[in-house]
Formats: sequence, structure tokens, C-alpha cells
Amino acid sequence: MDALDVARWQFGVTTVYHFLFVPLTIGLSVLVAILQTMWHRTGNERYLKLTKFYGKLFLINFAMGVVTGIVQEFQFGMNWSDYSRFVGDIFGAPLAIEALVAFFLESTFIGLWIFGWDRLPKRAHLASIWAAAIGTNLSAYFILAANSFMQNPVGYRINPDSGRAELTDFVAVLTNKVALITFPHTLAGSFLVAGSLVVAVGLYHVIRSRDSADTGAYRFATKFGSWVVLVASAAVLFTGDIQGKIMTDVQPMKMAAAEGLYTTESPASFSVLTIGSLDGSREVFALKIPYLLSYLGTGDPNGTVHGINDLQAQYATQYGAGSYTPIIPVTYWSFRFMIAFGMAAGAIALLVLWSQRKGRTPSSKWLLRAGLAMPVLPLLANSFGWIFTEMGRQPWIVFGEMLTRNGVSRSVSLTEVLTSFTAFTLIYATLAVIEVKLLLRYAKAGVPDVSEEHPIDDTHDDAERPLAFAY
Amino acid sequence: MDLTTIWFLLIAVLFTGYFILEGFDFGVGMLLPVLGRDDRERRVLINTIGPVWDGNEVWLITAGGAMFAAFPEWYATLFSGFYLPLLLILLALIARGVAFEYRHKRPEASWKRRWDTAIVVGSLLPAILWGVAFANILRGVPLDADHEYVGGLLDLLNPYALLGGATTLALFLTHGAVFLALKTTGDIRERAGALAVRLGVGAAVLAVGFLTWTLTIRSSAAAVVLAVGAALALLGGLAAAKVRREGWAFTGTAVAIGLAVATLFAALFPNVLPSTLDAAGTLTATNAASTPYTLKIMTWVAVIFTPVVLAYQGWTYWVFRKRIGVANIPQH
Ligand code: HDD
Ligand code: HEM
Ligand code: HEM
Repeated sequence: MDALDVARWQFGVTTVYHFLFVPLTIGLSVLVAILQTMWHRTGNERYLKLTKFYGKLFLINFAMGVVTGIVQEFQFGMNWSDYSRFVGDIFGAPLAIEALVAFFLESTFIGLWIFGWDRLPKRAHLASIWAAAIGTNLSAYFILAANSFMQNPVGYRINPDSGRAELTDFVAVLTNKVALITFPHTLAGSFLVAGSLVVAVGLYHVIRSRDSADTGAYRFATKFGSWVVLVASAAVLFTGDIQGKIMTDVQPMKMAAAEGLYTTESPASFSVLTIGSLDGSREVFALKIPYLLSYLGTGDPNGTVHGINDLQAQYATQYGAGSYTPIIPVTYWSFRFMIAFGMAAGAIALLVLWSQRKGRTPSSKWLLRAGLAMPVLPLLANSFGWIFTEMGRQPWIVFGEMLTRNGVSRSVSLTEVLTSFTAFTLIYATLAVIEVKLLLRYAKAGVPDVSEEHPIDDTHDDAERPLAFAY
Repeated sequence: MDLTTIWFLLIAVLFTGYFILEGFDFGVGMLLPVLGRDDRERRVLINTIGPVWDGNEVWLITAGGAMFAAFPEWYATLFSGFYLPLLLILLALIARGVAFEYRHKRPEASWKRRWDTAIVVGSLLPAILWGVAFANILRGVPLDADHEYVGGLLDLLNPYALLGGATTLALFLTHGAVFLALKTTGDIRERAGALAVRLGVGAAVLAVGFLTWTLTIRSSAAAVVLAVGAALALLGGLAAAKVRREGWAFTGTAVAIGLAVATLFAALFPNVLPSTLDAAGTLTATNAASTPYTLKIMTWVAVIFTPVVLAYQGWTYWVFRKRIGVANIPQH
């Protein structure tokens, strides 16, 4: 094991960890804003209760997203300094813009929203959660544009003197076709997570406390969440399909690796499940859907999908001797897990809606179990999606331009990376336990009592009045 | 003025903003066990920065991002070279950020005590380490001709850098105490005001010593003027604190920290990270910079969005302008 391996592990672990919190922040910020808007429009207390209830879960999660995000930003310079030198001219700009345009918006207005219940007029308070939600979703765009450059570099040239990549067309970087499709796919995946959490928590209370005064609110939440999940599932399928075609075009090796397809085929069939040796030498059992892979990759059921062996040979001539093949079992399985876990959440949402048809109250223990599993499934799908995307790009850090092993910091020793990797892993593991326990505690506690809320009152001296919210 | 100079200035502005704003956050965090005698008092302290600390921290994130975009070589060399100190800062910021949000989420005293420790340590470490880091940037570090850091951890722990760490620590403590005197009522306000004066004397001595030492290492006319300004502002702030003019006292410490950071950047220019070995290893605002095209785009973005950010962050401070005291803390 050398410093490079540890740096890779550290990046993978910290990023996947960051992305456990990101999807909830992205999705739930908008869902909470919608709930608060409904309260604002109708004056129905039920929506206020739900806003505060899911808002609390949102904030518990948000804190973790923020602190793990800072690590991500510093890590490029700390562990990948040669990479940072190579792409800084291009990659730094979206990162800086993300901070200036999106993170300031998000963090400032979240503060206003948390503490502003009795400090801001109702409208301004509602506007705050929307501003935070917009900031959050904007931030995703910029970081994904940066990541898309690594998948499909555009709008740049290599300076022959310095050997560095230099920006020639910023609009091209922001409208990278990979970015344009990755963004809606990632957002859809995020809403899948957020909707699932809304359903899981709602369903728990619907089934557990059947006749409480708040059952109506939970029933509403459950249905609302289920519809979000269904729409998000459709969006994830639709965008994922387009992504597959773009990926086949810009990173054909990744598509071949996703399928463990060694020889070029036309038409190519999609492997639902292959048991056997993944080096392609022996197939024990295979379940295949004819033409599907050709369709996924090219849009034409008879289209040609290139195989790993051909691509490897082609890259070796193009870039020099070496292996240009990612780790096939990882790409093969992560691609399948992404789709399977994500779609499972959609299926459960359908069941939940069905169980509540025409005003029925669900009571099945099995449904409850499935419902409680719901948020975990799309979280796993998201992680596998990223593992697939990032590991499928290997050995490149910037596809076709820089190998991962050339991007690592030369001045950082094995001891140093081991220290940081151990420290991050320990603190992240501890925080994970704390965060999950808190989420469960507050999810179980149920919606708050909002009957004694007093509206903002400027005429009366409030020096002695307790804050509506305090840490 | 060429674009690289403009971006050097902008990075200086971002770090100045960061240290002024997060400076008092750190101070409040460190003073938690000193000024907060019981749980309710500690909650008063934490809630003075509750709505704003995250927005303040984004100044750092923006400074980091801007450094990456405008001076990739500087970002790469500095962050990989100062690996372990930055790791400690990151761990501290993680613990502290989560602690603000989670501390009040359970009623048990032991739970709160643990998060209080996280807040104190999480504020103390960066308050010292930022001083150490910036002093080393000023002093220069061993860089080879490829701009790679070739020193070890001990190279970063020289006496000058340790003095830098002590200075930022004392300045942030004072700044935090002054801020608390401005934002609280009753007993806490009195104690914070008194403490600010005592801390401030120590901070003034350290700051004058550190800035003088800095100017003997590298200097410019602007740096000297700024350093004198910083010292005067700090003294003015202390005088105001002594007579309990809290608004002026806070203005004084804020301006002092701002001018002190500006002094460092003015002394550094046109270098961004000097090498103590081979002059060829020195990073300057020119050889560390991105291309003019990237800088031009970034300038447009900064010109349009910085005023907007300042406007809404300023508005947040206005919304939460009221002092708070023990009576304002809800029961749960
Ligand atoms: C698709 C979206 C997405 C992706 C791929 C990433 N992030 Fe992230 N990030 C967010 C979406 C997001 C967010 C939803 O906007 C967060 C989560 C919680 C939050 O506060 O904002 C966030 C927080 C967050 C923060 C803290 C912001 C604050 O203090 O408010 C930083 C510095 C970063 N991220 C940086 C990064 C870097 C350098 C990444 C690349 C490895 C990265 N993020 C991947
Ligand atoms: C803009 C966003 C991102 C950038 C710039 C980025 C960049 C990188 C870099 C520099 C590495 C290290 C080199 C390597 O080993 O491949 C890496 C690896 C990795 N990243 Fe990303 N990443 C981003 C987002 C994500 C996200 C959100 C996830 C998942 C949640 C993720 C998952 C991974 C994984 C699992 C690895 C390890 C792959 C391996 O080492 O083989 N990445 N990425
Ligand atoms: C159902 C839940 C799903 C979730 C949560 C999910 C999530 C993700 C995530 C987070 C990524 C990495 C970021 C990105 O490149 O966008 C990804 C990549 C990808 N997803 Fe999905 N996905 C899901 C379903 C699907 C489906 C159904 C398809 C195809 C029909 C698909 C096709 C892809 C492709 C091709 C990529 C790789 C893009 C590239 O590397 O260029 N996904 N997914």
C-alpha cells in the first residue's frame, strides 16, 4: 500500500460519506419549502406542523452535509495537488463560483430560516427557505459541472510550455453535455431520497398511532412523499437512459465495463445477471435481455457496443502501453445496484399509495417494514451511482488527459495520509452513529405542538420574551 | 492594475473578512466555559452567533475556492505542504459545526458537556493554527524548484510562527469578548466587557510584537502604514471597551484584525509563498496565477455577486441585531 492508494481510499470514503447527506439536503430543502408554502397559502396548521417536523430532520442532516463538504474542498489541494495544478485554471472556477453564488445563499438563509420564525415577517421567512433551497440546488450544478469536466473534458487546451490544461471556453465547460444530463439525474436521485424519508417517517406514524389527532397530517405526508418518489423514479429512469447514451459516446470503456462486455457486439444484449467469472472466460449462468444494451447505449436496438478488449487495444495505441480498463466487478455490480435499489424505492412508493387508496388506513407490518427501508435504498443507489461513475473513469482522473496516479500530492507522505484517513474515518463513524440516533429520536417524536406559537408583534416590548428557536 | 494583482487583493479581502467574522465566532466558542457559568448562560453565548456562524465560515470556503481558481499553484503547494495543520483545522471545524447544531438536541447534561468541549477545542485549534499558518506563509517555507514543499512538520513550528499563533489566539479571544459585550444583556454583558479589557492588553502586546517581527522579515511602505493602523485601532477599541462603548469597541477590534491581516498580505506581495531554499521555488502572484481568461471570468462573477452577498449578509446581522440574555432562552 502506498500513499496513492490511501489517498484514493480517503477520497472515495469522504466523498461517498459527504454524498449521504447531500441528497437529503437537496431534496428535503425543496420539500420543506413546499410544505411551508402550503401553510402560507391555506393557513392550515397541519402544514405548519409538517414544515417544522421535517424541517428539524432536514437541519440535523444539513449540519453533517456542511462539515463534510469543507473536507472535500480542501482535499483537492491537500491530497491531489498535482491534479489541482493541472486543472486549476478550469476546475477552480466552478468551485469558487459555487461558494460565492450558492454556499453563501444557502448558509445565510438557512440561518435566517432557523432563527427567524419570530424575527421576520411571514413572507420574508418563507422566502428564506426558498432562497436556501435554491442555493442548495445551484451548488449541485456547479460542482457537477466541475466533475463533468473530469468525465468529458471540454472548452480547454493543453499549454505546450507548462503542460497544464487552460480554459478556452467557460460556456462550454458549463454546458458540457455530461453536466447537463448529470445534473437532472443527480437531482432526481436526490428527490428519491428525500421523498422516501418523508414517506418512511409518515408511514411509521400512520401505522403506529392510528387515531391520533395528527394522523391526517401523516397521511398527507405519506402520500405527498410517495408522489415525489414516483415522479423522481420516472425522472431518474428518463435521465439515466440519456446518460447511458452520452456515456457510450464519450467514455465507451465505461459502458463496456458496466456490462462486462469483452467483445464488440451488434446487437448487444443487456446482462441482468451474470454468474461466472467476470474476466469473461467462463459463464456459469446468464440472464440477458437481447437488444437492450444496444438500445441503452446507442438508441438503436441493433447498434454496435464496443467491447473492453477492442477499447483497451485502441487506448494502448492512442495513449501508450498500460491498462485502461477499470475494475470490472466493481463497475458491473455498482451499475446494477444503482438501478435496482433506486427502482425498489419507487415500487414501495406504489405499494404505499395503493394501501391508502380511497381513504383506507394501512396497517400491514410488512408494509411498515418496507416503508422504513425506503430511505436507505435510494441512498445506496446514489452511492453506487457515484462509485460507478468515478471508478468507471479509472485509471483516468481527467479522462484522456491525466492518470489518477499522476494527480496525487508528491509532498504528502504515506504516514500523513494514513493519519488523515484514520482520523476522518474515526470521526465520521462516530458522527454517523450520533446523527442516525438523533434522526430516529426526532422522527419518532412526531410533529410538534404549534398551538402556542405567537405571531410576530412589533408593538410589544419583547426583551423578556423567549426566542422562538434557540440552540 | 493587472488581473493577478486584483485577485491577490480579492484573496486578501476574503481572508480579512473571514478572520473578522469567524474571529469572533472562535472567540465566543473559546469563552464558553469562561463566561457561561451554567447551561442557560452558555446557551446565551452560543445563540449570539447561532444564526451567523455558518455564513461566516463560507468566507473561508470562498477564499479556498478563489485561491484554487485564481492561483492554483498557491492552493496546491500550500494545502499539500501544510497537510497536518490543515487536517487539524478540518477536524476542529467538523466537531465545532456539528456541536452547534446538536448540542441542544438532547437534554442530558453529559451530552451537552461533550459538545461544549467540542466547541471549545474546535474553536481553539483553528484560532491558533491559522496564525501559525499565516506566519509561515510570511516567513517562507522550503520549496524546491517544482514548488513542492520539502520541509517537515517541525519546520512549521518555528518561534515566529508560534508567536503568530499566540497572536491570533489572543486577538480572537478579545474580539469574541467584545462581541459578547455588544450582543448580550445583564450579568454576562458586564463580565464580557471586563474580560475584554484584560484580554485586550495581552492581545495588543502580542500583536505589536508579531507585526514588528513580521516587518523585519519582509516589509513595504503600505505594510508599515497598515500595521500602525492596526495597532491604533486595537488601542482605540480597548479604550472604548474600558468605558463600555461596546459598538465602538467592536468596531475597533474588527478594524484591528482586518488591518493586521491586510498588513500580512501587503508585506507578502508580490510573493504568495516565498521559498527559503532556492529563489526559483518562490511562488509569486504571477507565476502561481491562472490564465487571464479565467481571471477575467472570475472578476466578472466577483464584481456581480460580492455586493449581493454583502447586502444579504449585512441584512442578516440587522435582523438579529437585538441583544439576548438569559430571559430569552426558552425552557427546552
Ligand atoms: C450534487 C451535489 C453535490 C456534490 C457532487 C458535492 N456537493 Fe458539496 N454540498 C452540496 C452538494 C454537492 C450541498 C447539497 O449543496 C451541500 C450539502 C449540505 C450543504 O450544506 O450543502 C454541500 C456542502 C458542501 C460544502 C459546505 C458548504 C457550507 O458551508 O454551506 C462544501 C465546502 C462542499 N460541499 C464542497 C464540495 C466539494 C469540493 C465536492 C466535490 C468533491 C462536493 N462538495 C460534492
Ligand atoms: C465534483 C465532484 C467530484 C469530483 C471533482 C471528484 C473527483 C474525484 C477524485 C479527484 C478522485 C480521486 C482519484 C481517484 O481515485 O479516482 C475521486 C475518486 C472517487 N470519487 Fe469522486 N469526485 C466528485 C464527486 C464524487 C461524489 C459525489 C462521489 C460519491 C458520493 C464520488 C465518489 C468517488 C469514489 C468512490 C472514488 C474512488 C474511486 C477510486 O479511487 O477508484 N465522487 N473522485
Ligand atoms: C433509481 C435510482 C438511481 C439513482 C439514485 C441514481 C444515481 C446516480 C448517481 C448519483 C450517479 C453519479 C452521478 C452522475 O453521473 O449523475 C449516477 C450515474 C449514472 N446513472 Fe444513475 N441512478 C439511478 C438510476 C439509473 C437508471 C435507471 C439508469 C439507466 C437507465 C442510470 C444511468 C446512469 C448512468 C449511465 C450513470 C453514469 C454517468 C457517467 O458516468 O457518465 N441510473 N446515477
